[in-house]
Amino acid sequence: MRADDPFRDRYARGTRAMTASEIRALFAVASRPEVVSLAGGMPFTAALPFDVVGDVVDEVLAEEGPSALQYAGGQGDPRLREVLTELMRHEGIRGSGGDVVVTEGSQQALDLLARMFCDPGDVIVAEGPSYVGALSAFSQYQVEVCHVPLDDEGIDPDSLADTLTRLERDGRRVKFLYTVPNFHNPAGVTLAAGRRDRVVELARRHNVLILEDNPYGMLGFENDPPDALRARDPDNVVYLGTLSKVFCPGLRVGWALVPPALRERLVLVKEAADLCSSSFTQAVAYRWFAGYPWRETLKALRDVYRERRDAILDALAEDFPAGVTWTKPAGGFYVWARLPDQLDSRAMLAKAITARVAYVPGGAFYADGQGASCLRLSYCFPPPERIREGVRRLGGVVEEELDLLRALGGVPMADPEDDPGRPAGWGGVQ
Amino acid sequence: MSFDCSVAVIAGGLSFEREVSLRSGGRVADALKERGYRVGELDADDQLVEALRGGQFDVAFLALHGRFGEDGTVAAILELLGLPYTGSSFEASRLAFDKLAAKSVLRHAGLTVPPAIPLAEGALRELGVGVLLDQAMGELGLPLVVKPNRGGSALGIRLVERPEQLPAALMAAFGYDDMVLLEQRVSGTELALAVVDGLATLPAVEIRPKEGWYDFAARYTHGAAEFRAPAELDPVVTERCLDAAHAAHLALGCRDLSRVDAILDDDGVCHILEVNTGPGLTTTSLVPMAADAAGISFTDLAAHLTDRAVARRPR
Repeated sequence: MRADDPFRDRYARGTRAMTASEIRALFAVASRPEVVSLAGGMPFTAALPFDVVGDVVDEVLAEEGPSALQYAGGQGDPRLREVLTELMRHEGIRGSGGDVVVTEGSQQALDLLARMFCDPGDVIVAEGPSYVGALSAFSQYQVEVCHVPLDDEGIDPDSLADTLTRLERDGRRVKFLYTVPNFHNPAGVTLAAGRRDRVVELARRHNVLILEDNPYGMLGFENDPPDALRARDPDNVVYLGTLSKVFCPGLRVGWALVPPALRERLVLVKEAADLCSSSFTQAVAYRWFAGYPWRETLKALRDVYRERRDAILDALAEDFPAGVTWTKPAGGFYVWARLPDQLDSRAMLAKAITARVAYVPGGAFYADGQGASCLRLSYCFPPPERIREGVRRLGGVVEEELDLLRALGGVPMADPEDDPGRPAGWGGVQ
Repeated sequence: MSFDCSVAVIAGGLSFEREVSLRSGGRVADALKERGYRVGELDADDQLVEALRGGQFDVAFLALHGRFGEDGTVAAILELLGLPYTGSSFEASRLAFDKLAAKSVLRHAGLTVPPAIPLAEGALRELGVGVLLDQAMGELGLPLVVKPNRGGSALGIRLVERPEQLPAALMAAFGYDDMVLLEQRVSGTELALAVVDGLATLPAVEIRPKEGWYDFAARYTHGAAEFRAPAELDPVVTERCLDAAHAAHLALGCRDLSRVDAILDDDGVCHILEVNTGPGLTTTSLVPMAADAAGISFTDLAAHLTDRAVARRPR
């Protein structure tokens, strides 16, 4: 007998679900230049002033080279932590640098917090749809993600209340509510001010910690979003921030602002994982936000994204067939579109890539098989004319799929592999 | 002959099997370098022809899978450039890649192939063939397999066990080709039969998917299927399957290397599903596994295929 993989029986349970997928194979083609990618959420780093960034890097090496290239404390550069509390003030947060833990992007904070809190079988409540990277981070710890539907004003508090009550009654241990309140990934919506107090209050009543993930909050095109959840309940909200969207993701600088009671343990978990984040990139980030005109760069980025958001919304209105609905983001990177129920966005992807346009199928943003007829469109990276071209191509593909569906008698989809359910409640408005 | 020979390993391309192809190509390139060949790795993109025209290569190793590669497209370019290449000719690759056309040829050669009904997307959309789908299911029986007529690696292939699954399966398959097959599902032992010209017959590989269905994930995830190489079957039966595979390879005019996918049913009949002229050469691939079971290293296999192409070099 020969078993193909000699390590087959030895993998940890948390990684066993990681398999090769058809979608991955398709994305290998989607990265080709011929394809308009509305798939990835890559910030447009080409808009950065590289000469100025170069000055910052030089300054770091000239003025603090030895320490910038040395190990440092696991909690992160104290100067950077102070600067980050300044950034958070924009969202009404009065935090102390002493309660900030610097991480490798906020993605690492998701991993560390799940590691710190979750045992197999625990529950994390999240929006439906939810950020795919968070779902991956959580799945390593074998938690069950329970989705609460979103609408155009963010997570629905009534459904949240029902879900928390039901889970409590069933004796499940809910470890946290994971939420992206501003310019949501993938849905593009923002949690309304009126709902924020309610969400905070529900979490407290059910004794559930909130993980507030806010990568896009400073990328509002018209207005700033309402004050953060953290501003409303500092003792029960962990706030996750990142410089990836307001500066650049290549530095890998993110952070968690935690309730004081959690700080020490999170630092220990962080040190166990990687000792410390890069001293060098933290020093660059600190100097960028302390002494350089970062607001101008942020404004330039916001202008770029606003123009692209306008391009995608115009193109969708023009080129998408009737029966498709989508959200209208007021900031951030994403539009969430819903096709007629019978269409399966995953099955449609091959055709789309053949037509030289890519998106992310909606199922990726659910842990439970929902989202089959939805898709995420990112407008952050391609220039406006490519976005219009991509949407035009995709509109054609959707038309063809609808034709084919009609020819098949409009029979509802029954995917033999996934048999996805229908997401409850949420229909994005056009 | 290897030491003054420069090999262009061609992989990648715009096929949906790009990623797998890049893995195959990388592995082939490593093996050939180890054996002392000079190797250049080329992507099958718009730079390819220019790179091949420069005259720095003596021979091309095709590690392409899927469309614009395994279907003979690149072989035709190499013919035009007068550069010898590994594997089947343009004609044979194209024929084998077209599952319907290959089925006819194999059937005429006296081999057993599962019956299939073709369905063109245009016929559905414009000629109203949809009303005949129930009849088609009735003729083939359930479960049946829906697959794109052209394509590989199980992309777009679905098993239909209940009638209501058919529309979704068709839509998934039409994602990969505008011609789709409804094929009778033969149950039995799944076999991969490698045919390598100029080498002793390689043992059959038996595939036992853990989840019951050898889909894309099972193909490329370590440990998602179990393999037996050689297959744990009656040697007489295995011999018959290998003979059938060899006959299929010849009937389609294939050259150097094929992987014949087959199912051995409970009555001992070997049903040929398809003949791959550009089989996977990754670490989880079946042809390297068969070679390994015969004591032939991957390096030897890659060198053998290269040398066969070199021998076709015009003198």
